[in-house]
Amino acid sequence: MPSISVQHVDVSFPIYEGAQRSLRHIMTNAGGRIASVTHRRVVVEALKDVSFDVHRGDRLAILGHNGAGKTTLLRVLAGIYEPLRGQVAIEGRVAPLFDISLGMDLDATGYENIRIRGLYLGMTEAEISTQIGEIAEFTELGEFLHLPTRTYSLGMRTRLAFGVSTCITPDILLLDEGIGAVDANFVEKADARLNALIERSGVMVLVSHSMSLLRRFCNKALVLEHGSVVFIGSIDEAVSAYTHGHERASEGGLTRPLSSH
Amino acid sequence: MPTIVVHTARSEFRIRRAFRDIVSATLHPHLWLVLGWLEVKQKYRRSKIGPFWITLSLGIMVAALGVVYSRLLDAEPRDYIPSLAAGLIIWQLIAGLINDGCTAFLAFDGVIKQLPAPLGVHLLRAVWRNFIILGHNMIVYILVMLIYLKNPGLVFFLAPVGLALIALNGAACGMILGVLSARFRDIPPIVSNAVQLIFFITPVLWRPENLKSRVWVVDWNPLYYLLEIVRRPLVGESPPLSFWAIAIGFTIASLAVGFSLFARFRGRVAYWV
Repeated sequence: MPSISVQHVDVSFPIYEGAQRSLRHIMTNAGGRIASVTHRRVVVEALKDVSFDVHRGDRLAILGHNGAGKTTLLRVLAGIYEPLRGQVAIEGRVAPLFDISLGMDLDATGYENIRIRGLYLGMTEAEISTQIGEIAEFTELGEFLHLPTRTYSLGMRTRLAFGVSTCITPDILLLDEGIGAVDANFVEKADARLNALIERSGVMVLVSHSMSLLRRFCNKALVLEHGSVVFIGSIDEAVSAYTHGHERASEGGLTRPLSSH
Repeated sequence: MPTIVVHTARSEFRIRRAFRDIVSATLHPHLWLVLGWLEVKQKYRRSKIGPFWITLSLGIMVAALGVVYSRLLDAEPRDYIPSLAAGLIIWQLIAGLINDGCTAFLAFDGVIKQLPAPLGVHLLRAVWRNFIILGHNMIVYILVMLIYLKNPGLVFFLAPVGLALIALNGAACGMILGVLSARFRDIPPIVSNAVQLIFFITPVLWRPENLKSRVWVVDWNPLYYLLEIVRRPLVGESPPLSFWAIAIGFTIASLAVGFSLFARFRGRVAYWV
C-alpha cells in the first residue's frame, strides 16, 4: 500500500561558494533561513522539523512562496535527499517528475531517453520493450523519437518525460510545476493520465504556484513557510489560508493553527 | 513490487545502506551498461568512424612512439612495440578510470537530483565506459601481435584476472575521488594534472631496466604493479608473485578506504553536486 511518512525531518544545505554577504542578504529576504554563518561557509536551513503522512488516494498539494522548501521537500519524498535529522519512510514505487530539462541526455534520441529514464525508474528491459510503443504513442512525437532530444521543444521534452514517468504505473507520483508548460491538448491527456493513475489508488504530490491547477488535482494540501509546515489539511482551506496569509505576511505570517498529527 | 525506502539520519544504518546501494546497482546492470555505451557513442556522434577514433588514435600513437622510442632506448622493435602497445592500452584504462572517478557523480548531477537511483550506478558506469574504450584499443594490440607474429601463450589468460583487479580499483577510485570531487571542486583538475605527471614516471614508454639504478619512484608506484600484472601476460610473460601480492593488497586497501568514504558521505552527494 503506497504511503509516505515523514517525521521530524530537517534538511539544510551547505553553500560553499564565496560571497556570503550578498547571499545572506538574498536569503533573509526570501526563502529558507540561514542557520549559521561562519567565515567559511553558509548553511541554509531548507526544511525544519517537517512531519506529515500521506496515504493511498491522497493527492497532496504543496504550497509556499519561492524558496519555502517545496522542491527540497519533493526531493526528500523521492528519496534523493537524505535528511540530516528525522526519518522518511516511502512505501511504493516512486516516479518523480521535476525539472524536465535535467536528467535527460540531450544528445541521445527520444527512444534512447525513454529507455534510460525507464531504467532509472526501475523498469526492466522487458518492461520497457513492452511499453515503449504505448509511451511513444502517448508522446505524439512520431518520427521525432529517432532524433536527438536537443532538437525538441520544451513541450516535447515534457511529453516524453511525463509519458515515461506515468507509464511505469508508479504508486507514488511526484510532480513539480512544469506540467503547465505544454499545450492545452496535452494538458487534457495528462489530466486523463493523472486521473487514471490516481484511480489506481496511487499517491500524488504536486508542487505548483497555480491555485487552479492545485484545486483541480489535489484533495489535501500542505503549506510551507521558511521550511516549516504551517498548515496541513483540505485543499480549499489551505488555498484560502495561503492567499490570506500572503496578505498578512507583513504582520507575521500565517496565524492558522498547525493541524498536522 | 512495492519497495520500501527508509531514510533515517541515524549513522548506524549508513554502512548497510551504502552496501545495499552498491548491491542493487550491481544487480541491475542494464542501466549502467546502456549509459556507458551512450557516453562513448555520444563523443563520436556524427563522425564517420565513430568510436573507432579511439582505436585509430592509439594505433598512430603506438606507431609513432614505437619508431622513436625503440631507437632511443636501443630496443628491438619486435619486442618493444608489442610491449609498448600493451602498456599504453592499460595506461589509458588506468588514467581513464582515475579521471572518470572524479566526475563519476559530478557529470551526472542533473540525474542525481532528478531520479532516485543507487549512486553505485554511476561508479559502475564510469568503470564500464573505460572498459568499452579498452575493447576498442585491444584491436591495436591484436594487430601489433599479428604484425610481429607474436603468440603470448597460455599466460595470456592471466590478463583478465589483472583487469578485474584494475576494475575493482576503478570502482574504489570512483568512491574516493567521486565523493571528494563532489565536495571539493579543485580535485578533478589536480588529479588530471597528477595523472599526466605520473605517466612519465611510470614505466610505460620505458622499462625499469633502462634505469641505471633502482629508483624508489618506480618501486613505490602501485600503478606500476597494476600495469604489469596485465601487460606482462599480454606479451607472454608471467608477472612475479610479489607483483600479484602487491596488486591485491593495494586493491583491498583502496576498496576499504573507498567504501568507508562512500558509506560516510553517500547521503551528502545529492546535496553537493
